[in-house]
Formats: sequence, C-alpha cells, structure tokens
Amino acid sequence: MASRDTGRIVVGLVIFLVLASFPVWFSATQGRSDYRPELEYPAGETKCVESKEYMRTWHMDLLNQWRDSVVRKGVRTYTSDAHHTDYDMSLQNTCMKCHTNKANFCDRCHDYVGVSPKCWECHVEPRGAE
Amino acid sequence: MEKDRRDFLKLAGSVLGLGATAPAAALASTGGRPVQEEGTHWAMVVDTRKCQAKEGCTACTDACHLAHNVPKIPEEAHEVKWIWKEKYPQAFPNQVHPYIEDSLRDRNVPVLCNHCERPPCVRVCPTQATFKDEQGIVTIDMHRCIGCRYCIAACPYGSRSFNWKDPRPYLQDIQSDYPTRTKGVVEKCNFCEERLAKGQIPACVEACVTAECGALLFGDLSDPESEVSRLLRTTNTIRRKPNLGTAPSVFYIV
Repeated sequence: MASRDTGRIVVGLVIFLVLASFPVWFSATQGRSDYRPELEYPAGETKCVESKEYMRTWHMDLLNQWRDSVVRKGVRTYTSDAHHTDYDMSLQNTCMKCHTNKANFCDRCHDYVGVSPKCWECHVEPRGAE
Repeated sequence: MEKDRRDFLKLAGSVLGLGATAPAAALASTGGRPVQEEGTHWAMVVDTRKCQAKEGCTACTDACHLAHNVPKIPEEAHEVKWIWKEKYPQAFPNQVHPYIEDSLRDRNVPVLCNHCERPPCVRVCPTQATFKDEQGIVTIDMHRCIGCRYCIAACPYGSRSFNWKDPRPYLQDIQSDYPTRTKGVVEKCNFCEERLAKGQIPACVEACVTAECGALLFGDLSDPESEVSRLLRTTNTIRRKPNLGTAPSVFYIV
C-alpha cells in the first residue's frame, strides 16, 4: 500500500533525523566533549582558603558570604574550615594576591561555562595579567 | 450631665498630659544629648583656621581620591568628590549674615560626608544599600546600589556623587587594594572604614598631618577621654546645617 509519496516522506524523515541529531553526531565526531579548561594555579602555593573541590564548587557562594560579612557586618577575618588559617576576606587583597593572573585562572573557566561575573566592573584585577 | 463632661475632660487631659511628659523626661535624662548606641562613634573635628593658614593645600583631597580610586572628571556635571573645599558661606548657609567678617567670608572649608547620627540618605534608600554601621559610619554597599539617586536628593550637604559614566578612563593610577566604582552607582566618603579596620587613621587626616597642617582631627566620640571628645568639650565648634536635625559627626572650629 505504498503511497506515491513514500519516497519523499522517507527522505524527509532522514533529513530531519540527521539535523535533529546534529549535536550528538557532531560532538561525537568533531567535538571535544572531553575538553576541560586548563587552569593556571599560583606557583609556590600549596593550598587555597578551602579544599580545591570545595572552592571549585562553591567559590561564588563563599565570595558572596565574604562580601556580606565585610560590607554589612564589618567582620573581615575568615577562618578556614579545612586548615583553620585566618584570612582577610578580600577578593582583591586575598584571592588575587595568589591568583595573580585572572585571564589564566578565573576567565578560562568562566568563559568555558559562559558566565560573566560582574565583580570586575569595580574590583581591580591584578597587574600580573598585563 | 454637665458635671460628668467636665470630669471626663479633666481625666482625659491629665492622661494625655502624662503621656506627653514621658518622652520629654526621656530626653531630659540624657541631658539633651542624643542617645548613643554602644560602641565606637567615629567623628572628625576640622580646624578651619589652620586649614586656611595653608591656603591652596589639597593634601587631604589628593590622598583620599588616590587611595579610593576617585576619578578626576573635568566636566563639572559629572564630578565625583569625597572630600573637597567650599567657601564658608556655602558650607554654612544658615550660619552666615551679610555683615560677616571678611576672613570667614573667604575661608575655604574642607567638606565631606558628615556621617550624620540621623542620616536622611539612609532613610530614603529603597534597597538599604546605604546604611549606618555600628561605628557610626554611613556607608554604601555598592553591590546593592541601584543608582536611583534618592540619597543624593536627600543629603542636605551635597556629599554624594553619581557615576554618570565609567570612572576608569579618568583614573591615571588605579590602586589595586581598593575597588573602583562602576557606571550607575552613588559614592561618597566612607570615613576610611577599610583603613580603620586595620587600625589606621583616615587617609585625609594622615595627609593633613604629613602636610604639617594638622587641621583634621579624628577620633572616637563615645570615649570621653579621646582627643576629639576633649577638644569638643573645650572649644567652640559648629556643625553644618544644625537646624535640619541630622546631627553630623563632623565638627568645625571657625
């Protein structure tokens, strides 16, 4: 009972499936699905404020906590949960003193995941990037 | 019937009278001084005579504006200022008359945010971006400022500036330990709270001392033995626009 349009329908379906599955087969053949941004870690430093895993997942929340603590409450010292060291809660004067190259650290990941934090509209990035 | 009404009015009158005396008594018990919250209350005393003796000196402004990345924008409408000088009649419009002495008429007075005890800017801020901290400093949370400029309208001293444009192109030497601001936020003097936290005195006061002028004195008003408290007790000082009831924390010797 093949209608005279069977051929056209099959061709149309094939074209549709090829296009619809484009992300799958393109990234499988051409893409870099295993790509991970390479970050440049500060030379000579062995530990961050908290563990690497914690910082990777939660640094933005930690920074927001620091911001609220310093600006609203005037509490400026943070004690690390991981190694009980005291830190001055400051993006420019603590974080960026080690991570002196924003382009090779912050930006690499942020660009990869497509986020653009507004920190740097006011906060000054270290000269190390120049 | 008539007697009942008279009794009622007497009773009502005495009850109302009692109610009215309570706040008055509370005020009287503090000797007319504002009720201070616990803790530090930072204040500044400006000796305008010493300042005038060094006419043309801009040490305080230069030091402040450098430390806080305050841009120097040539167009007056876009100016950003934290501390600057005004003529006495402009700074003290309520404390001037047509026959005022010449030395006062021409005197340059350093002006800055007064860190009022009752700050009108804080009352009007719709996002609570500007607030009074526990040390009496009126400060701005730049992260929360939406740039509505209500605070600018509310401040009777013109202490606040708005960033009409990105300030960075107007900064020659950006200090990397303090942020700049961005287009669309309000800014003003913060009494150097970031320096106070480190136990330093404000940049303007330090610069004034270095310039061997000594016109600016900074200290804790809640400590009766502090230098500012002592100076205020022993010298006649005035505040800007006292009739508005804002109770500035910046005092002037004229």
